[in-house]
Amino acid sequence: MLGAGYFGPFGGRFVAETLVPALEELDRARQDVLPTPAFQGELHELLRSYVGRPTPLTEAKRLARRIDPDGDAIAELLLKREDLCHTGAHKINNALGQLLLAKAMGKTRIIAETGAGQHGVATATAAALLGLPCEVYQGALDMERQAPNVARMRLLGARVVPVESGSRTLKDAMNEALRDWVTNVRTTYYCVGSAAGPHPYPTLVASLQRIIGDEARASCLDRGALPDAVVACVGGGSNAIGIFKAFEGDTSVSLYGVEAAGLGLDTDKHAATLSRGRVGVLHGAKTYVLCDDAGQVIEAHSVSAGLDYPGVGPEHARLRDTGRATYVSATDTEALDAAREVARAEGIVVALETAHAFAALGAIARREAEARGRPARMLVCLSGRGDKDLDTITAYGGGK
Amino acid sequence: MHRIDQRFVELRRAGRKALCVYLCVGDPSLEASGFLALEAIDAGADLLELGVPFSDPTADGPTLARAAQRAIAAGATLERVLDVASRVRARSEVPLVLFTYYNPVLVVGEAKVARLARAAGVDALLVVDLPPEEAAPLRDACAAEGLGVVPLVSPTSHAARIEAIRRASTPLDGAPRAFVYSISMTGVTGASPSDLAAAARDAEGMRRAFDRPVLVGFGIDSGASAKLAAGEVSGGADGVVVGTALARRIEQAASGDEQRRAVRTFVGELRRALDLPD
Repeated sequence: MLGAGYFGPFGGRFVAETLVPALEELDRARQDVLPTPAFQGELHELLRSYVGRPTPLTEAKRLARRIDPDGDAIAELLLKREDLCHTGAHKINNALGQLLLAKAMGKTRIIAETGAGQHGVATATAAALLGLPCEVYQGALDMERQAPNVARMRLLGARVVPVESGSRTLKDAMNEALRDWVTNVRTTYYCVGSAAGPHPYPTLVASLQRIIGDEARASCLDRGALPDAVVACVGGGSNAIGIFKAFEGDTSVSLYGVEAAGLGLDTDKHAATLSRGRVGVLHGAKTYVLCDDAGQVIEAHSVSAGLDYPGVGPEHARLRDTGRATYVSATDTEALDAAREVARAEGIVVALETAHAFAALGAIARREAEARGRPARMLVCLSGRGDKDLDTITAYGGGK
Repeated sequence: MHRIDQRFVELRRAGRKALCVYLCVGDPSLEASGFLALEAIDAGADLLELGVPFSDPTADGPTLARAAQRAIAAGATLERVLDVASRVRARSEVPLVLFTYYNPVLVVGEAKVARLARAAGVDALLVVDLPPEEAAPLRDACAAEGLGVVPLVSPTSHAARIEAIRRASTPLDGAPRAFVYSISMTGVTGASPSDLAAAARDAEGMRRAFDRPVLVGFGIDSGASAKLAAGEVSGGADGVVVGTALARRIEQAASGDEQRRAVRTFVGELRRALDLPD
């Protein structure tokens, strides 16, 4: 019999014993506190008056024509504008919800891991708003390539702890955050940034992020129709699961996740866990993992720090295996090109994570149009803005 | 009776505390680990934990994380650690516990790992990130090969949790009773010792709850702290586990000979401290 928090054969709670009671406590709070009208009322008021929700749907006509000049693949291209959230990405939906929960649980200290820094900034922001001390673990390599977000976190009063071990990226930041948590578990709340990690985090994060999909679905219906396909980038997979959740029961809607193919799927430099991983356990969950025959985790690679992770949320593993969602990938250069394309066509500078979704959009639309015998209505989760990536994009030549 | 259970019966009869020594196998090399294991046994170790290095050791502090990185670089894998186990087994009847994170076991395959472990002369597995709720398939696979799976308890394990661990870790038919690993503090391996005397008292309660031997680990870095964590001869814990403090000495030794001397000296110091009367 499988324990708590499984998605088919994936998920579970694979952690050191010291953390099990803390995860049980968190799961009780998730079930007993999160659904109450008082908690939901406070959260939704903050999401409205502080985050700026609901975020709009933007129709991207120029981009649609650039990707599909003849108009036979894309009937309509809609962007769910999570970049317009306060702090510039969907991560704030999760961080605010979890930190309100931490406060209700009586926790007095917040820790988080971050890759691109978006979750770190969101957590530092929520911690400042709620008056909680906050420490953010970030890989030293990611601190270099996302320097603006490091400065933002510090300005917000958070302590940013550089992680020098392993690949010095998101995986190692999460290792270090778990070590902190196991040491300070009684007072500290660990705010996990993606729909990954041990139960109940994947469920908790998905429940806080599904507002993306709920809003987008309602907006689509207001416009007259559900989309044919929903597209989102997948690292750990929180923006993707957030938008997928609302459409999972709509059998006419195809779901697409786009992973980071780095230098290419056939190289050893990518982060395409669902395309090239195997079933393993990383950071507390059974899921697809990039690891070798001996079970050692392989260092992922992506130009995008937020996707540079050798695991993936366990619910995506199930959606992959059941076929409910399809996972494709885009390379570093495809993503960088897409970022420039979106900026020129729509006046929106997207995060490099999000750029992966745009890079795969043309192929996905053609596939959908072929299957349906008509151009497809496409919905893309624009998960975050790209100010933090300007150095990387400019160095590549995207500023030309 | 299983070798590991026999060892605890003998120790109890002699009124001695068990000294369990952890080695990160492959640090500094697979060959050296075999020698160091035998050195530890000669110097008075009652049990050995043979550690499989893992790329992402989230329960370990910096010392054992560095040891794991060196071991991986030296080519250590779960299967090669078992090769070392079989070389040790050829020379000694000391109980061997394979200490690992879960991913290597899952990827190699639970049934295969149990089969290879038995063939190598291993007595039990300890999987640090596998709580009993998730351990049923491994426990079955191990029991089929006559191997135990060691449960862990922590200072955060409340009464209901201890009862849940006890129920989920009851030895299966054909498997040894082995022991319970009691973590002395909230933290990673190698953290500063906390209240080890309290840990010894907790271990005594744990032994009553589980009706199995209990070893205390984490934060034991000297003969004195080993004695403290083991508790009184007539009560306390059944013994202690020492890992980081030994890995640090191996790391700091300048040559293979020095490493062997360091192991012999330190394990001897622990042994003598544990054998002191109250």
